[in-house]
Amino acid sequence: MNTIQLGFSAIVPALFVLLALTAILKKKDIFPAIKEGAKEGLTVTIGIVPSLVALFSVIYMFRASGAMDYITGILEPAAKLVGIPPECVPLMLIRPLSGSGALALGTDIIRVHGVNSLIGRTAAIMLGSTESTFYVIAVYFGAADIKKTRHAIPAALVADIVGFCTAAAAAKLFY
Amino acid sequence: MAMTWIWAIMAILSFVFGLVTGNIGEVSAAAIEGAAAAITLSISIAGALCLWTGVMEAMKICGFSSALAKTMRPLLSILFPNASRSRETLEAISANVSANLLGLGNAATPLGIRATRLMSRGEVATDEMCLFVVINTASIQLIPATIAGIRSAMGCTSPFDIIPAVWMTSILSVSAGILASITMARFSK
Repeated sequence: MNTIQLGFSAIVPALFVLLALTAILKKKDIFPAIKEGAKEGLTVTIGIVPSLVALFSVIYMFRASGAMDYITGILEPAAKLVGIPPECVPLMLIRPLSGSGALALGTDIIRVHGVNSLIGRTAAIMLGSTESTFYVIAVYFGAADIKKTRHAIPAALVADIVGFCTAAAAAKLFY
Repeated sequence: MAMTWIWAIMAILSFVFGLVTGNIGEVSAAAIEGAAAAITLSISIAGALCLWTGVMEAMKICGFSSALAKTMRPLLSILFPNASRSRETLEAISANVSANLLGLGNAATPLGIRATRLMSRGEVATDEMCLFVVINTASIQLIPATIAGIRSAMGCTSPFDIIPAVWMTSILSVSAGILASITMARFSK
């Protein structure tokens, strides 16, 4: 393991140390905050269970029926052209539309192809570096009563496409 | 409605493909299997999610997010020259961006809505509003905790080793979004 990798793998424990030192030196009572936050995490987890059940059920059916392989096959030439594993293309299609849908499909891709495989890593990087674009735009502009969104959607989709292509390239580059 | 469409299309295609390929028995079994897998997955990532929301709450009370917001402010005032004339708007924007960086999704959304409302001038989105929303749609999370939880649940021994790749991807996609937003603003009326 080289120095850079070592540095990155230290991020999470280093963050804990930073929190611990801040808590002691600045007398911040973080333990109740961690508990409070964890309780909120439990609510978040319970909140996503129903959509995961509904989505996993159809994703498993979709895969078992052969439809997933068929669609992957159709998309293969185009995906190969830009260097994206075709197995990850369905994830790209669902990602801007639905956060829980992407989470369910991405998890399924990681399960089927292996967590350390190129496909599994690409899916993980895609999930970690993109957002449910249409949902975010709907929430923000909806709250501000915006009727004309102008170039927000095309510009956001440019960011998504660049993100997907980079995710595939990064998976090959780093591992 | 989008989810209903996705669900419905997948259900119909699964049935049709199942009949054609003769795998309809497997498709039936898969429906139940998938539902069960959803619960197994939820349980195995619950620990990671709870730990992370706990750590995030601690970061909030330790002032990490407000410190980050302060350091982001000069950079953001370059991107949002009009909005930064109002201190309140600039503060909402930088609080939103720093909450996103730290993965505080629940805090980021109300802050982002506040910033969008403060920037709003009627029914048409301004250039800066589009830019702000685009930055929010391109995720800029420093530590992808949920994905790490999933990878760990799948038996990965180094679930955080995707961090450098996620950073590179995020930086490039946010930059592309900013560039696209600024370029398209010139041409769209």
